[in-house]
Amino acid sequence: MVIKVLGSGCANCQKLEALAAKVVSDLGLDADVVKVTDIGQIMAYGVMSTPALVIDEELKVAGRVPTYDEVVALLQRSAH
Amino acid sequence: MDPFYPLQLLANWITYNVLGLSATSKLGASLDFFLFDVPKVLILLAVVIFFVAVIRSFFPPEKTKKLLSHSRLYGGNIAAALLGIVTPFCSCSAVPLFIGFVESGVPLGVTFSFLVASPMINEVAVILLLGLFGWQIAALYVVSGLLIAITSGIIIGKLGLESWVEDYVYEIRMGEAGKLPEQTWRERLAYALGYVKEIVGKVWPYVVVGIGIGAVMHGYVPNDFLVKYAGPGNPLAVPLAVLIGVPLYSNAAGVVPIVGVLIAKGVSVGTALAFMMAVVGLSLPEAIILRKVLKPKLIALYFGINAVGIVAIGYLFNLVIPLAR
Repeated sequence: MVIKVLGSGCANCQKLEALAAKVVSDLGLDADVVKVTDIGQIMAYGVMSTPALVIDEELKVAGRVPTYDEVVALLQRSAH
Repeated sequence: MDPFYPLQLLANWITYNVLGLSATSKLGASLDFFLFDVPKVLILLAVVIFFVAVIRSFFPPEKTKKLLSHSRLYGGNIAAALLGIVTPFCSCSAVPLFIGFVESGVPLGVTFSFLVASPMINEVAVILLLGLFGWQIAALYVVSGLLIAITSGIIIGKLGLESWVEDYVYEIRMGEAGKLPEQTWRERLAYALGYVKEIVGKVWPYVVVGIGIGAVMHGYVPNDFLVKYAGPGNPLAVPLAVLIGVPLYSNAAGVVPIVGVLIAKGVSVGTALAFMMAVVGLSLPEAIILRKVLKPKLIALYFGINAVGIVAIGYLFNLVIPLAR
């Protein structure tokens, strides 16, 4: 599984990246957390508000930092 | 009854009974003001931000963009300015937001109406003005912010400045977002709570410093002291207030308490409002972020039009409201 965090490096983007990494390690998932900072690539996902979360090339969250539980649910759904 | 009355009693009790200060002393007046206003403003702030965040969760920028694409001059500018109030927008999202608008066919002038309204009409400022000075001043603030946003967008639209945008913006192709799952109420409330924590955590020092400055002025500066300098008699007060306000970058929550004291000490309402709008709406950090997508002359024009608009609004209010007291 590939998890992408889209954002230009603002505080919330870093928060989301840390959160994603934590959930991955807590759940023991085999997943890579990748940070995408290039504006062209961010826009390619149709996102206009950062931070955004993309799981296996599918946009899940945009414009906010989701809660821990929400990320757990999203990752578990995608893992199956 | 004023819901904040118990806080006033508490502030009075600490100042006059526990510390034994005299109600007529300067220190007593300042401290009482401070002890009452800090908790009051922080409570107002937390409650308001919570509801604003819930409302905002219904207006993601992706939706706003769809509403505005292929809109026209005038009508589009009005819609963009109104949407600017409710669309969540932090300066770190300014770049993707701008590119997204331009790419999906939102006219440049309409995009600017949005970009001006969004920081200028700050919901925190609206509610604080409402809570501290009543609805008239709050309404004046919203209406003038909308006027500036709509006119400056129309001017930029008429001038046809598409070439003053960085060229790479037009080369970016936006992907399809697909359908984001609609947020549940649970998620909206969690988002709102998190937003309250984030904003209050960030702005409370501004609030404390702002009210501190306000408190000192309240106690130590004689009433009508500022009339000489910034009252109706000084025709240059408005542009001066804007010039002082632009380099100051503070949160709305820190400026509003100062504005209240300025008015109480004899500054005309229009001058005080102009000062606040310059502090809140025109900020250097925002200019630096926008530099990524706009050429310097467009940023200069954007700031210039806004500054002129704020000055005009200041004069207008000074004419309409001689002295609101």
